[in-house]
Amino acid sequence: MTAEVAVLGAGMHPWGKWGRGFVEYGVAAARAALVDAGVGWRDVGSIVGADTVRGGYPGYVAGATFAKALGWQGARVASVYAACASGAQAINTARTQILAGMADVVLVVGADAAPKGFFRPAGGDRPDDPDWLRFRVLGATNPAYFGLYARRRMAVHGDTLEDFAQVKVKNAAAGALNANARYRKTVTAEEVAASAVVADPLRLLDICATSDGAAALVLSSMEFARRHGAADPVRIRAVSTVTPTYPTTVLDLPDIATDSAAVVAPADGTFRASIARAAYEEAGIGPEDISLAEVYDLSTALELQWYEDLELCGEGEGAKLLRDGVTAPGGRVPVNTSGGLASFGEAVPAQAIAQVCEVTWQLRGTAGARQIEGARVGVTANQGLFGHGSSVVAVR
Amino acid sequence: MVANWFAGEGDDFRLLGTRCTACACVFFPREDGFCRNPGCAGGELAEVPLSRRGRVWSYTDGRYRPPAPYVSDPELPWEPYTLIAVELEAERMVVLGQSVPGVSVADLEVGMEVEVVQGVLDEDSGTTWTTWHWRPVAVGA
Repeated sequence: MTAEVAVLGAGMHPWGKWGRGFVEYGVAAARAALVDAGVGWRDVGSIVGADTVRGGYPGYVAGATFAKALGWQGARVASVYAACASGAQAINTARTQILAGMADVVLVVGADAAPKGFFRPAGGDRPDDPDWLRFRVLGATNPAYFGLYARRRMAVHGDTLEDFAQVKVKNAAAGALNANARYRKTVTAEEVAASAVVADPLRLLDICATSDGAAALVLSSMEFARRHGAADPVRIRAVSTVTPTYPTTVLDLPDIATDSAAVVAPADGTFRASIARAAYEEAGIGPEDISLAEVYDLSTALELQWYEDLELCGEGEGAKLLRDGVTAPGGRVPVNTSGGLASFGEAVPAQAIAQVCEVTWQLRGTAGARQIEGARVGVTANQGLFGHGSSVVAVR
Repeated sequence: MVANWFAGEGDDFRLLGTRCTACACVFFPREDGFCRNPGCAGGELAEVPLSRRGRVWSYTDGRYRPPAPYVSDPELPWEPYTLIAVELEAERMVVLGQSVPGVSVADLEVGMEVEVVQGVLDEDSGTTWTTWHWRPVAVGA
């Protein structure tokens, strides 16, 4: 178990399709987080950016870009890329610097202006890139993988299309209460069923969209927080950034095949489950302590998978947990009180940070109409392409 | 585009992987650089054909045209393709591939036996790019 860092501030730029650049969104979120923290930009000792691509420039930029936009003030800088886990790695980089005594206050920013439609690999002939290969050889889009997982759950666990639809119904209802969400309308199961099939068995409303958006956090040492007058701040107690264990036995984005398990016996549990387990172990808590969870609902079916990977229920019991209302507001462990990706859409470098923003507001008791009563411990979970684990445990 | 991923014609058509000569781990797509078993000091990687038949782990389809680098003619109406993830028993691995043309998700079930056959990925006036397809054994028999 490691020492804790304080979450002094959280901020977002509302998500949507705004048609502007990622720097604008990131700076807005950063300023909101600084105001929320009551910390001036000049008092920030380090800035960590979760990376995105700028205009096709063959380099990923973020930390220094935001620092320049906020006004150069000499802060330490880092930029991290870990696909969907970029935000969690940015948070972890900030935490590491604080715990190492390299900075008292660190600003973490993730922002993106996502392209319309399917995510796609960078251009050129690049057969050494598994992401390029799966498109070129198979035309396997992200929703294709979500469809494979969903169909597998139906065959193995008996999940139904109605179960998947109810995840969307739940998350859309939460998103309708969130001013930062892109989609703010409730959705019915009938509307899900009436939407077009994208990748059988999943429909348009089962799959998250792509969005513009940004999220930012101001993290500090506990000592700085006390001096700053924040006696009882939300604290980050664990950040899991684990890699998989060979052999991985679940077909995973963007791979064309799993590892062979014929010679080396697979570890107990999947990669996704190991992400959560590492976070729980580091935090010194168990799934029974969780008040709420923010998980990557890239698809409705995938949210049910996360229930099991977070050990909120046993394997194959995700749909039952949903049907019993356990993961709905008022249930034992509400999941995606923010509205989730179902309501936000993907802005890749921002979304893992946005999850922590929601948990922060819930633990503070300032989530407004979305507030979960008595929230004490929140967990976030996601997985970045190419084997990046990502889970954050925050406590109050 | 992807050299030596498969070979042979007709009933001899097989996917090709590599096997570490030190620890016997098998890799597909072929791994020619280094053995990825963390418990292996690393051995030579030798080409090995994969099992011809396996069982459906899961399946889906693509109702919308995928972006480049997938090649499709934007002038033609989009024809959904079917993707099948196949569990190979001997290798204890899952390999994704498109189904043979004409097989839809309605023809498939998890656990169904399929076999690998040669297929066409795309072609222009000068070149035909071949690939592998999965075909339900009941259809092919």
